[in-house]
Amino acid sequence: MTDTAATPKIRMRGLKKAFGHKVVLDGLDLDVGEGESVVVIGGSGTGKSVMLKCILGLLKPDAGTIAVDGTNVLDLGTKDRDAVNSHIGMLFQGAALFDSLPVWENVAFGLLAEHRVNRAEARDIAITKLAQVGLSADVADLQPAELSGGMQKRVGLARAIAADPDIIFFDEPTTGLDPIMADVINDLIIKTTREVGATALSITHDMASARKIADRIAMLYQGRIIWAGPVSEIDSADNPFVDQFIHGRADGPIKMAVRA
Amino acid sequence: MINPLQPIGRVFLAFLRTAGRLTLFTGSAATHCLRPPIYTRMILRQMVDIGYFSLPVVGLTAIFAGMVLALQSYTGFSRFGAEGAVANVVVLSITRELGPVLAGLMVAGRIGASLAAEIGTMRVTEQIDALTTLSTNPMKYLVAPRLIAGLVTFPLLVLVADVIGVFGGYLVAVYKLGFNPANYLTATYDFLTAEDVNSGLVKAAVFGVIVTLMGCYHGYHSRGGAQGVGTATTNAVVSASILILCFDYILTELFFAA
Ligand SMILES: Nc1ncnc2c1ncn2[C@@H]1O[C@H](COP(=O)(O)OP(=O)(O)O)[C@@H](O)[C@H]1O
Ligand SMILES: [Mg+2]
Repeated sequence: MTDTAATPKIRMRGLKKAFGHKVVLDGLDLDVGEGESVVVIGGSGTGKSVMLKCILGLLKPDAGTIAVDGTNVLDLGTKDRDAVNSHIGMLFQGAALFDSLPVWENVAFGLLAEHRVNRAEARDIAITKLAQVGLSADVADLQPAELSGGMQKRVGLARAIAADPDIIFFDEPTTGLDPIMADVINDLIIKTTREVGATALSITHDMASARKIADRIAMLYQGRIIWAGPVSEIDSADNPFVDQFIHGRADGPIKMAVRA
Repeated sequence: MINPLQPIGRVFLAFLRTAGRLTLFTGSAATHCLRPPIYTRMILRQMVDIGYFSLPVVGLTAIFAGMVLALQSYTGFSRFGAEGAVANVVVLSITRELGPVLAGLMVAGRIGASLAAEIGTMRVTEQIDALTTLSTNPMKYLVAPRLIAGLVTFPLLVLVADVIGVFGGYLVAVYKLGFNPANYLTATYDFLTAEDVNSGLVKAAVFGVIVTLMGCYHGYHSRGGAQGVGTATTNAVVSASILILCFDYILTELFFAA
């Protein structure tokens, strides 16, 4: 992996995480440059979500460093940690909308929590953000349970960009959607990250989505990044693991564990 | 050969681990109850959920408890001519014991289960993680308001249960057993001390914390989808019920043994 010349937005070195005897991350190294869109691909249960949760401080890695804008976030106290997190937006795999709150309060939740705006302003911002992801103002007062899967993803996206973050994480943004809705979400991801000028780190096993939203692709296998390179080079990667994954073949060096 | 001590040791270690985790959780929840920001809207909403909507369950439980107490003590005491003690038995049993314990157990079923299911679902659908990424501490936002609501509303619920329970006893005594209404009420008031009622209310406050704490704790630590949430719900109700009975004895001993 070649490092970008300037300080990368996110730099992970030697990241390790195990749950009991089960080793999930085993010395992961990855850089995400400023304004870049990196997609990490890998099979289900390889630890992609665990990696994002380590960066967000939701899980504590057993070893290694994570630097955001050059500062190691693993050493920070709660206050500084929150300050870093307030520049990061996250779209969760299942959207993770708060089902007790209407859509607009979901979108504006972070703004209200940080007391950046009052409730009336928050509602207006929420409606603007909903428009950015192609949802009309009628949706604002619905409950999340009344929305389809694709609409929930869009609301999740609106919530992730509501505070104009520098960094946005996308956890399997297209999983569980039909191909057309998946492409709509891909387009929205490209549009919204460009609009706020954010650095994007996505994880997926959907190759169509990865090719579309990535500047650079990295492949996670057995707890490490085994290949990383520009999206244009992935077909000539000459790596049997990558080759098997992008062509979705059952035969190859990657053996599916019978038990996840 | 399997060492017979091994399973015992494993159970003991698991117990210590759970006890340690619960202690940490309780400590963290308690500090978040005291330190700002305090989510007043959340506390009020929980007080309505936990307190107001539990009134029917608690009221029905209390009235039948009072009625059956009057009937039982009458049939029992009439064997040695002590029917006059019915009013005292009803009011003392309700305020000191049955009000808090029955209300606590009923609400443990209702609230403990729903808290564990709600927070457990939030855990497995990553809503709790989402809170953290949106500058909100889940202990402060989810757990602390529920604990505060439990602490405040349980004594109020038990006060209502006391009144309704005594009224149930009165109904049976007067309309079925032929007691004189005025005499029955006088007997009720004469023997009642403030300590009887207060001890019941203190018990109620403790039970309120136990029920909400167990619901939040088991929900917060639930794992693995719908099944995990189901397990959390069961564990919340069972552990809250056992702890209520256990603390009921401890508190009774503290209040009345001296
Ligand atoms: N909090 C946790 N406790 C125990 N095991 C976990 C936890 N989070 C994830 N795992 C395990 O780590 C592995 C990787 O999970 P994950 O990162 O969610 O995979 P994916 O690459 O599909 O996102 C899985 O086998 C999962 O069971
Ligand atoms: Mg995942």
